[in-house]
Amino acid sequence: MASNADWKRTPLGEEHERLGARMVEFGGWWMPVQYAGILQEHHSVRTACGLFDISHMGEVRVSGKDAPAFLNHLLTNDAGKLAPGQAQYSLMCNERGGVIDDLYVYRVAEEVFLLVINASHIDKDFEWMQSQSAGRNVRLENVSDKTSALALQGPSASEVLGQLVPGIGARLTRNRIAKQDILGHDVFVARTGYTGEDGFELLLPNEAALPVWRKLLSLGAAPCGLGARDTLRLEMCYPLHGNDLTEETTPLEAGLSFFVAFDKPAFVGKEILQRQKQVGTEKRLVAFTMNERGAIPRHDYPISRDGQPVGRVTSGSMSPSLRIGIGMGYVRPEFAGVGETIDVQIRGKNAGAVIVKKPFYKRPNR
Amino acid sequence: MNTPNDLKYAETHEWARVENGLVTVGITDHAQHELTDIVFVELPHVGDAVTQGKACAVVESVKAASDIYAPVSGEVVEVNTDLDGNAALVNDDPYGKGWFFKVKLSTPAELGSLKSAAEYAKQIGT
Repeated sequence: MASNADWKRTPLGEEHERLGARMVEFGGWWMPVQYAGILQEHHSVRTACGLFDISHMGEVRVSGKDAPAFLNHLLTNDAGKLAPGQAQYSLMCNERGGVIDDLYVYRVAEEVFLLVINASHIDKDFEWMQSQSAGRNVRLENVSDKTSALALQGPSASEVLGQLVPGIGARLTRNRIAKQDILGHDVFVARTGYTGEDGFELLLPNEAALPVWRKLLSLGAAPCGLGARDTLRLEMCYPLHGNDLTEETTPLEAGLSFFVAFDKPAFVGKEILQRQKQVGTEKRLVAFTMNERGAIPRHDYPISRDGQPVGRVTSGSMSPSLRIGIGMGYVRPEFAGVGETIDVQIRGKNAGAVIVKKPFYKRPNR
Repeated sequence: MNTPNDLKYAETHEWARVENGLVTVGITDHAQHELTDIVFVELPHVGDAVTQGKACAVVESVKAASDIYAPVSGEVVEVNTDLDGNAALVNDDPYGKGWFFKVKLSTPAELGSLKSAAEYAKQIGT
């Protein structure tokens, strides 16, 4: 067993261990990978309601008169389209159009935005944001250390949270955020998530994390770890930065052009992205399912076509909902169409796969 | 964690049940717990020669693929075909229905290098 002394802990670290969670290192943090088991937690979120500690995620507060203009320079999506109380997914690119991080932008007031960024990139992201903010009337604060975050996800999430915040489900629609009093604490509640199910993400002061976590569990939410978070997001083809997105891949290559506002005057990476939009990309992120049961693709496995290497798996797992191996990876555009067949090399042997339409999982009509 | 006294154990978390020169192999309760939800087991084939300490099977959990090492050398004479389609047997009954394969022991002296239940229990800290 490796030592865990060097890793950061969320305010819920002891609580996870007390509940018997299996803890692992993730992005420098000591986090629960599972409680009852990944499959069981996955199904809890797909059929009822699960609760995740996502306090490892970073939060940056951007405020000031130039905040909208600054974010429109820094990020690919159009932050100017957000009214206070609205949120959007966005990407932060370098000058080469490569993705430094993907994030969620919440406009919480006319001149105040909250950016939720990936845990392992907090310092790098914040430095980049500061370097890009020079000469602008904007204030950047890294509030990650004093902010905790919980994700309450699943078809009954609205019912569960409604017992604590009456009427929240009807009042707060998709991609909206509002400040709410929960157990005497000021909490930002957002109708967002990373699972493909209905649900909420709560941004709260550290001291509120434990009482709110316990309250939501007592109302019927199942504690879930990062293992289920990963299988849930992969079934939805939501990219994970570090796997499916890197500084060497662009939003267009990742199939995220919907989140690139080309009608904005200028933003970091725009020129390259614009060119890719016109002439096409050299690789595309595809979703594929394995033909044989038991063939499970994993990160970095080679992808070939007619015996020739054409790319690598960026994310792979067994899909708990589909009960087959699923994955994503970058391949050359000529092999990226839905229905094209590829081979994934698993322990030296080729296993057949077929490229499918994203996402893998579609929520049943309820 | 369950560690039956009548079995021998490899440091890499496989167990071996020795009966008249035939060794049944599986993974320990501790190992199945660590690997979590097991969704597929890639077994060796009947007739394969396995070598002590060398990878001879793969366990796929939801999270990752993990190698399983042969606790003894010999020829594989039977594999647990029930695991095909029901790999969760390894989680549910690691010392019983979740066995992996049987080996005709080629080098009996190798048994001496395996751990007793008490030694293995000490290794995993129970």
